[in-house]
Amino acid sequence: MGNKQTIFTAEQLDAYQDCTYFTRKEILRLFDRYRDLAPQLVPLDYTGQPDVKLPYELIGSMPELKDNPFRQRIAEVFSEDGEGNMTLDDFLDMFSVLSEMAPRDLKAYYAFKIYDFNNDDFICQSDLVKTLNKLTRNELTEDEVRMVCEKVIDEADLDNDGRLSLEDFQHMIVRAPDFLSTFHIRI
Amino acid sequence: GNERRKGASRAEEGESQTRPERIDRGRRKRTRSHQDTKGSEGDEEVQPKIQSGRAAKTRKHTKNEKTRKKEEEEKAEKGEGKERHGKRKKTSASKKEREEVGGKHTMKEKAQEVKRKNIIQQMNCIHNSLSSEELEKLKEAVDERKKLIQALRGKPWPIKKKCVILRESQEFVEKYEGALGKGKGRKLYAYKVLMSKALMGRPYGTIPRKTVPRAEATSAMDFAVLWDFGVSCIITLTLTTSCFLQWPFHATFRKMCFQGYAQYSVLFYGYYNNQRAVGWLKFRMPLSYFLVGVGTVAYSYMVVIRTMARNANESGVGDDNSFNFNWRMFTSWDYLIGNPETADNKFASITTSFKEAILEEQESQKDDNIHLTRFLRVLANFLVLCCLAGSGYLIYFVVRRSQKFALDGLENHTWWERNEVNMVMSLLGMFCPMLFDVISALENYHPRVALQWQLGRIFALFLGNLYTFIIALMDEINLKREEENIIKFNITVWEASLFNGTVSVNSTAPPVTIEPADVPRGPCWETMVGQEFVRLIISDTMTTYITLLIGDFLRAVLVRFLNYCWCWDLEAGFPSYSEFDVSGNVLGLIFNQGMIWMGAFYAPCLPALNVLRLHVSMYLQCWAVMCCNVPQERVFKASGSNNFYMAMLLVILFLSTLPAIYTIVTIPPSFDCGPFSGKQRMFDVIQETLESDFPAWFGKVFSYASNPGLVLPFMLLMVLAIYYLQSTSKSYKEANMELKKKLQTVVQNMFPPLVQQSCFNVYF
Repeated sequence: MGNKQTIFTAEQLDAYQDCTYFTRKEILRLFDRYRDLAPQLVPLDYTGQPDVKLPYELIGSMPELKDNPFRQRIAEVFSEDGEGNMTLDDFLDMFSVLSEMAPRDLKAYYAFKIYDFNNDDFICQSDLVKTLNKLTRNELTEDEVRMVCEKVIDEADLDNDGRLSLEDFQHMIVRAPDFLSTFHIRI
Repeated sequence: GNERRKGASRAEEGESQTRPERIDRGRRKRTRSHQDTKGSEGDEEVQPKIQSGRAAKTRKHTKNEKTRKKEEEEKAEKGEGKERHGKRKKTSASKKEREEVGGKHTMKEKAQEVKRKNIIQQMNCIHNSLSSEELEKLKEAVDERKKLIQALRGKPWPIKKKCVILRESQEFVEKYEGALGKGKGRKLYAYKVLMSKALMGRPYGTIPRKTVPRAEATSAMDFAVLWDFGVSCIITLTLTTSCFLQWPFHATFRKMCFQGYAQYSVLFYGYYNNQRAVGWLKFRMPLSYFLVGVGTVAYSYMVVIRTMARNANESGVGDDNSFNFNWRMFTSWDYLIGNPETADNKFASITTSFKEAILEEQESQKDDNIHLTRFLRVLANFLVLCCLAGSGYLIYFVVRRSQKFALDGLENHTWWERNEVNMVMSLLGMFCPMLFDVISALENYHPRVALQWQLGRIFALFLGNLYTFIIALMDEINLKREEENIIKFNITVWEASLFNGTVSVNSTAPPVTIEPADVPRGPCWETMVGQEFVRLIISDTMTTYITLLIGDFLRAVLVRFLNYCWCWDLEAGFPSYSEFDVSGNVLGLIFNQGMIWMGAFYAPCLPALNVLRLHVSMYLQCWAVMCCNVPQERVFKASGSNNFYMAMLLVILFLSTLPAIYTIVTIPPSFDCGPFSGKQRMFDVIQETLESDFPAWFGKVFSYASNPGLVLPFMLLMVLAIYYLQSTSKSYKEANMELKKKLQTVVQNMFPPLVQQSCFNVYF
């Protein structure tokens, strides 16, 4: 395996490997990507676990994320402070969950969080409206938007509370044929 | 959720700062140094990890009253799995202590040694003091922790939390595996972790990947039904190995003609000798040829059906429309998109798809003018039938004409006239689907249904064309067989004349050596069939490439450059760039494979050629897609499950192998070419093998087994089994639906929403 790198200690790398779906090489490569976003902010030595956060603007400008309408929500969900400013841990976490090796249940959990705009642990009507508008770039009329959101809740709401809980969402998403292939970022 | 995380991170900050000290001393030492720096609180570190009640006993041996009370308090408060909070509190408290103690390193090290010995003593104490039942429980706890470590990746916690839990669990496992006397347990565990890392690491991390994802990643996935490639490879491999096994023995093959050398190459049936056993290995060539042919077909069947079964398992419910809007909303955006143009296209297609879904929803209520729709649909089907009949007749006519040309001598005709049949078939295959598309505008179906009809019609077109071609081929085969009879007759006459000419004295006649090259050769209908198929495939390939170059590339060039000086916007209106037609391309692959299956028996190296062709096609189409195509505006899958195309492939496999099997069983092989020459029927080779190579009793058993009196009841039994299995599968499906409904009502009525949420937290 070779201990030529001096960015992390061996224990740190092992811990990262156990906690994410990445291998040693990938973790180092991701660190390089993270550092490339702001070389002056990110030190080359992480053995001391420096507390470095990259602001959301840098994360949102990454080529993998810049065209994604949900990039802000993704950054918010995975960041520690909930504002989108990410540490290296958050960064690794995010790409680990979105990688192809992550299982369906894990992805479903985070997808639910991403689409829950107001962070109330339920996907309610307003969250759906926001999602739809982001997806269609506000091209649908209000009536159409309302109709779609009503249909969505009709279809998936099992406990009849007018909003989607995590369980409703999971029940629906595990049957989706395209979920695993679309909820995937390759880096 | 966020507040929890904030609190945790603050507490963990304290802990993280202690790491640099401990990290370079290794894991085991870390425990000790951790205890060490905490001073008197060191012992307590160990205790919170024991989860079950009998931990009280251990504590009795190793602690004092004060600390134990603290333990129990914490436990009562937080319950299982929350000890880390207590630990964190202690860490932040002891941080100050540690800072004071910072300078006294060497003394610390000595103290460490003492502590280490203490711990070993404690371990032994624990081991000796626990009863076997408690040891069991301890072992369970250790196993649980191990499982937690393995499953850590899939937990929805932030990495910091995972790291903490990981470290704790590892320490716990290490320590108590030692206590349980399993000294090797740690090594085994480390080995397992290493193995799983190594296995995980193999396909990933070594190949550099592009960071910007491909624009057409989604449609490229469908096009990855180039699994055909894999099957072709295997078929090629089998055939080439059997070819090469008898390569050294080609000295025995017959006349070599330099004109049309390929005719006598290993590519075609005619190359193979009918010698029963070849070389010192006694390689049974004819038998091998036969078995390889049959075997590849059987293997193809197996692969297709296995893939279908796997797909059926995965998709589960199959074509499910119950979450239409949900899936459109939550799974339509492709997170792999990294290109603004693609993103624009995707936004547009998502908007269109929503609008269509809304329209459908509204239209499913209303119900207008059924009669007009029905009439139009009948009309459309009638037109399509006319098309199909027309194309079938055209092919038949062209094949007849080419036979006439052949009789006249091929040199007298132009290139077009010589290759008419293949060109016509390819052109029909290109233009008829477009015609069908236009006709289907009359029908006004839902796009998915329309796509299914379209695919069905193209399928019928292809089959019709192919079967017409084969019927025409049959005529040619019969012609050749007649020719053969004439030549056989001529040979006997000629041989008789040779003998008559040279021998004047009857008894001691030197045996006339007849050069094998001089013997007139019979026409080899099998080679002719093989040749026809190869020509068909080559012309098909050429047509595809030329269509690609002209229809896609030239069109794109024209649109791009003429747009500057044209009155209307070429890119937005007609003709614009061509779309990448996923279903069309998949169908093309399937049909190509069908032709290979058909021709493989008579042209053994055809799969090899096809592999080459698929290679080239892949790169060419890859380039064309990137350079000249735009993604389809509306991607409608022909069916929810992946089995639609697989089913088609299966049908094609069956229909393609039918002609080959028919010819094997009915038509006698040529008398002087190929591995079965001289036999009555090709499958006689099996009979021969059974008689000569196997012991006598084997032959008897086989003849009993192939008795119709046995075979027919067996077939009946299989039909009954199919019926039984189908009815059970139907009843399972119904039971499934019932259970689903029940689940919904149970969830709605019995559990309040809060409990449901906590249920899922526990699940994680």
